[in-house]
Amino acid sequence: MALEERQGVAAADVHASAGAHGAGHPSPKEYIRIGLILFVLTALEITASYTHVSGGILIPTLFVLAVVKFALVVLWFMHLKFDDRRYARFFVMGLAGASILYLIVLITFKVFL
Amino acid sequence: MADVAIERGGGDGADLPETSTGLSHTKLAMWVFLGSECMLFGALITTYVLYRGRSVAPPYPADIFDIPYTSVSSFVLLASSLTMVLALSAAQQRDEGRMRLWLLTTALLGMTFVGGQVYEFTSFYKEGLHLDTNLFGTTFYVLTGFHGVHVTVGVLMLLSLFGMSFARRLPDDPSFPIEMVGLYWHFVDIVWIVIFTVVYLIPTPSPGGPGGP
Repeated sequence: MALEERQGVAAADVHASAGAHGAGHPSPKEYIRIGLILFVLTALEITASYTHVSGGILIPTLFVLAVVKFALVVLWFMHLKFDDRRYARFFVMGLAGASILYLIVLITFKVFL
Repeated sequence: MADVAIERGGGDGADLPETSTGLSHTKLAMWVFLGSECMLFGALITTYVLYRGRSVAPPYPADIFDIPYTSVSSFVLLASSLTMVLALSAAQQRDEGRMRLWLLTTALLGMTFVGGQVYEFTSFYKEGLHLDTNLFGTTFYVLTGFHGVHVTVGVLMLLSLFGMSFARRLPDDPSFPIEMVGLYWHFVDIVWIVIFTVVYLIPTPSPGGPGGP
């Protein structure tokens, strides 16, 4: 394929993807729905922290709720669900690196929440 | 001429420079930066957890934390993430009026959060928790202080975007710079999600109690 032709294809891809960039992102209604879910999850977290359940149940519950909130913001508000996966790889590298490294530190010092 | 396919920056708008990867280098750099920020905040959160419940002098977290107050701050920051994506959505639709409105709302919510944190720090200080009072004071102020500085920088970026839109300094399609600032803004929100859970909601063992010194 000639260079000019391929550049034309590339440019077409760009325009298609540029169009999809805006169109592929969630609509304001979907953003509001995600926002409401985040509010409800936060309310659940706060309610859970006031219940007198043992730490063995409370701490995992709070962690699960926090992880779900984290994932919703990253995937929907930061668009990792919709964007090129190569962007996600760089973020996940940092996140996974930090999680593994600091988990090793906490295990080394026998610190468990 | 080298036979290399060149694409523009990853479908982030036709105004972006061409890149050999097809990805926007600016956006890629922002994600790399946010990945490195995970290491920074991971270190601060881990340090807090390592020294959690090991203070030998009061005040302890249970003595001074005001969970309802901090919960309101959390809702404010979450709401600011929502208004940020609404600003981006308006920018993508070239609706300048709504874009400015949501940008300003996001900045105001961010300022409310920072103001709340300043008030919280002041009241803790008055109750005797200083940076060098105990391990809790040191790790708490450093962790939440770093986060507060990040929020403040985000507010400055949002206000800059707001001002630039009036000065006609934003590109015709302003969605790209708004998306970049938005990525940073959502990052400070996800860091707060973790801080709120680990620092405020998970009960800290009292001194002498299980897990305490």
